[in-house]
This record gives sequence, C-alpha cells and structure tokens, in this order.
Amino acid sequence: MSEADPKRILEALLFVSEKPLLAAQAQEVLGASFEVSQIRQLLTELSQEYAEGRRGLRILEVAEGFQLVTDPELAPFVSKLNRRVKTVRLTRPSLETLAVIAYRQPATRAEIEQIRGVDVSGVLETLLKLNFIRVSGRKEAVGRPILYSTTREFMEHFGLKSLEDLPSLEDLKGIVPPQPLPAPQPQNDTASTAQTD
Amino acid sequence: MAYKVKLEIFEGPLDLLLYLVKQNHLEITQIPIAQVTDQYLKYLELMQALDLDIAGEFLVMAATLMQIKSRSLLPPDQLTPAELEEPDPAQELIQRLMEYSRFKEAAQWLSGMEQGRQIQFTRPSAGSAAGAPALEEEYVEASLFDLLTAFSQFMGSLTPEMVHEVIRDEFTVEGRIAALKELIQEKERVSLQELFSKAAGKLEVVATFLALLELIRQKAALVRQSQLFGEIWVIRNTGSVEVAG
Repeated sequence: MSEADPKRILEALLFVSEKPLLAAQAQEVLGASFEVSQIRQLLTELSQEYAEGRRGLRILEVAEGFQLVTDPELAPFVSKLNRRVKTVRLTRPSLETLAVIAYRQPATRAEIEQIRGVDVSGVLETLLKLNFIRVSGRKEAVGRPILYSTTREFMEHFGLKSLEDLPSLEDLKGIVPPQPLPAPQPQNDTASTAQTD
Repeated sequence: MAYKVKLEIFEGPLDLLLYLVKQNHLEITQIPIAQVTDQYLKYLELMQALDLDIAGEFLVMAATLMQIKSRSLLPPDQLTPAELEEPDPAQELIQRLMEYSRFKEAAQWLSGMEQGRQIQFTRPSAGSAAGAPALEEEYVEASLFDLLTAFSQFMGSLTPEMVHEVIRDEFTVEGRIAALKELIQEKERVSLQELFSKAAGKLEVVATFLALLELIRQKAALVRQSQLFGEIWVIRNTGSVEVAG
C-alpha cells in the first residue's frame, strides 16, 4: 500500500470526501514525508488532468480545499436524475447580511444594522443555523457585543476558494458575476426556484 | 380589517430609499430630497393604511428626511451655529446609501456565485451544495415595494362604482388566503394584475393583497418580475428550493 502513487490516493480521497478535502487532511493520510505544498501541487495537477480529459467530473478548488464535482455543462442531465435534492437559496436580506459580515468580519450586529438600516437578528439566527457564520468572539467595547465571522461552509456554498476571492467593494460596480454557461435545457417540470422575502 | 398581517419585513427604510432612487432613474448623489421625501411618506402611509407591522426604523427615517427637507428650505444664514457645526444630515444620508448600495452589489455578486456553484453537483451526501435542478429563467425578485407600487396603482385605477362598496365583510383575508392557495395550486403562476382585476371591489383587492403578503411570509408563494419594474407574477413555491432566511 505504501507503494501506491500519491496522486491516485488523492483521487480516491476526493471521491470519498463529503467536504472539500484540505491539503492538511491529505497529509495525515499520506504521511509527513509529503509537504502540504507538494500535496497542493499534486491536487492541482490532478485537477488539470480532469479538465483536459473530457471527463464528466471536475476537481474544484473551493473553501481552501479541493472537491470532486460534476461538470457544470452536464447540470441539465444530472438534475434529471437527482431532482429530489433541495437547494438552499438565500434570500436577499440573508445575502446582504452575509456580504456585510464577509467584508467587515468580525462584525457586530449593531455594525451590520447600521449598514442595512434594519433589524437583522432573525437573519443572523438563520445564518448561524445554516453554519454560514459563526460567533468568533466579543468586541472589546461597551456591552462586549458578539462578533460574527463567516465560515468555511460559507465559502463552500458560494464556491469561493478563499476570502481573497471576494472582489473589492470599490471594484464591484459593474462586475458581472461569473455566470454558468447556458447549458442545453431538457424540459424538467418547472422547478420554481426563487427566493423571496 | 381584523386580520393583521405580521410580515417579517427584512427590508428597511434604506431599501425603500434606494428603490425610489432607481424608480426615478436618479443617482444617489443627486437625490432631490424634497421629492423623495414626499414619495417615501406615501409608501409609509400606504403601509400604515394596510396595517402592516412597520419597523420603527421607517419612522426614524421619515423624521430624518423631513429634517433634511426643512433644513434645505432655510437659507444658510438662518441656521443656528449649533446646526452649522453638525455634519450635514443630507450628506450623511447619501454616504449611508452609497455604502449600503455597495453591499447590495456584493450580495448580488454572491447570488451569482451561488447560482454558478449549484450546477456543480457534489456527491448527494455532501451537504449544503448537493445538487438540485437549478435551471430557471432569468428573473428579478420583486420586493415589498414593488408589490406596494402595483397595489396602489391598481387601487388608483379603480372606477368610482367599484369603490362604492356595498357588501361588507364578505372578503376576509383568511378567505382570500384559501382561494389564492387553491388558485396557484391549479395554475402554478398567475399575474398580479390578473389577480387584482378579478376582484369585485376595493375591499376584495385589499384582502387579496394582504392574503398575498401572508402567503409570501409562509413561503407558499413567490413573487417574481420578468424585469426590473416589470409585470409581477405570483408563483407557487414548489418546494424544490428551500428558501432560507
């Protein structure tokens, strides 16, 4: 077993990982003789091989790790098989609150409310429940208010490699978010996906 | 109207102001405060008339707007030294609106990322990002203010005969909730215009509108627009998407 090609081992680990595989986790498996940077390099190579190989799968760099996903172009087909699964779509108030936390973290509730101009306690509860934010401490100020930060699940949900992936607020005006390719659409029974407040 | 729609309004006064800025095709930096204040107060009145549960923040903002408006009417030499020393409340408000609109853009960007992410399926056990049909037409989400605009426009277009309501208490909000639920069960989607024009009179329009707000709150119905300020559609929430937050 110790003779196995590390790249093949990594591929197997990606297949069984429920969450994005972190290089540090892979190191625990491969042993300390592999540097984390070396493992990242191998994972990146593997990801390129998948991208070039015309396979149905891709290796995505997300939430500081790597994850095996289906090629977005194949989404119409995959969703035909897989239609019972629910998607979590955040409402606009949740997205806005998350945006404030992501850019200003750690942030207190009062700071978020100052920006959004409306009570956010209900929204914070939902975001905590979804694990997209966490309590990261208390601010050294009057009343020692709770501080909130985003989590790795947040990055995973939005497909961010790391927090550095967030565009700067000044640059945002006019940036069109990377839209998925319009894939061939087999008619599915109108999944009304939308959000509302 | 006995039925009080307890809407969890997550949209605040800043949202309403930005909505008005867009509706008037204005730039945030050039808001004519007097005009916007009047419009803002109209929406506030409408929300109060409908007995919606309005957040206190809306009233605070109304006071701020009126303060800015009255101050702008005074020649500068009429301001007291204390007032002159204070930061200009109009500038402060514009700063807040600019800052908030940047975060709205960030939220928009995140939403695009979320959509892109959701057509990359992971193994079904892999948690939050596990896949579902993410194929949908382009749409703009209708806000509470879009609904209020459509509602007040329709009310304004009612003919006098329709306004003279004779039959009282026939249209309860509870009754309309049930009817509306049935309708979207049957049809999947119905335009707001159609919904209103089917109503027999003013009272029924109001009851229908409140029923719609309640269904939205219960997440049984969704409202969408084909474009910004476009026609509004009421759509059955089929449950393929869990609307969080």
